[in-house]
Amino acid sequence: MLHLSYSNYAALRAHGEDTYPHECCGVLLGKSEPDGNHVRETVRAGNTRTDSAHNRYNIAPEELIRIQRQARKLDLDIVGFYHSHPDCPAQWSKTDFDEAHWVGCSYVITRVDQGKAVITNSFLLSGASEEDKTFLDEPVEIEVRENATELEQEKGKA
Amino acid sequence: MKINIPTPLRAYTGGEQTVSVPGATVGEALVQLTGAYPELRQQLYTAEGKLRSFVNIYLNDDDIRYLPHIESTPVEESDELSIIPSIAGGCRGNL
Repeated sequence: MLHLSYSNYAALRAHGEDTYPHECCGVLLGKSEPDGNHVRETVRAGNTRTDSAHNRYNIAPEELIRIQRQARKLDLDIVGFYHSHPDCPAQWSKTDFDEAHWVGCSYVITRVDQGKAVITNSFLLSGASEEDKTFLDEPVEIEVRENATELEQEKGKA
Repeated sequence: MKINIPTPLRAYTGGEQTVSVPGATVGEALVQLTGAYPELRQQLYTAEGKLRSFVNIYLNDDDIRYLPHIESTPVEESDELSIIPSIAGGCRGNL
């Protein structure tokens, strides 16, 4: 199961709306626990596929190196990635599968229709090697506690 | 020198996120790494011994494929190697 706060869930969906009609992409930082990947931070990344940004994405390795350093400073790990499918199903494509190499990580896909985030799904890349990898449908748990706390704090300020 | 191991490959390094190995060049360090953790070899290299196309190895901020001496590039103790599998995809080719 993928666990993420409402604010992180909203952030990755908002990214897909911001870049529409192009695909967005980013990295999920957190911890891998026995009950699944727990996301603590989402990090926006640039899509280098400017030649076909409406249906392809790529994160530059240099940016991944920088994000991995950022994760180490926060004592977090890269536990997944997200991207959007503009006007396409929130389902992994053959391209997504062929280009997925981070076994154990969550791949989150948001369908964005006409600029509006509609459906967000997660797929866990499973397997022991590149040759036997597979995408598994991964339930997503949205933790609303953090958001509720923020709301309470905002109420307190009012 | 220190080698940063990405999340999916830590299963082959006993969970270690960084590994320290001796070596005077990038290639020597990688030989030491796969010698210490043999299961990493097939994750990083093809059966023909070539670095898999989706595996990026960076010496500090430089892709070793584009260094003039590639794996023969000399390294110092303070240098860092990072292994970064590529991240790409997109809805084109949706099943």
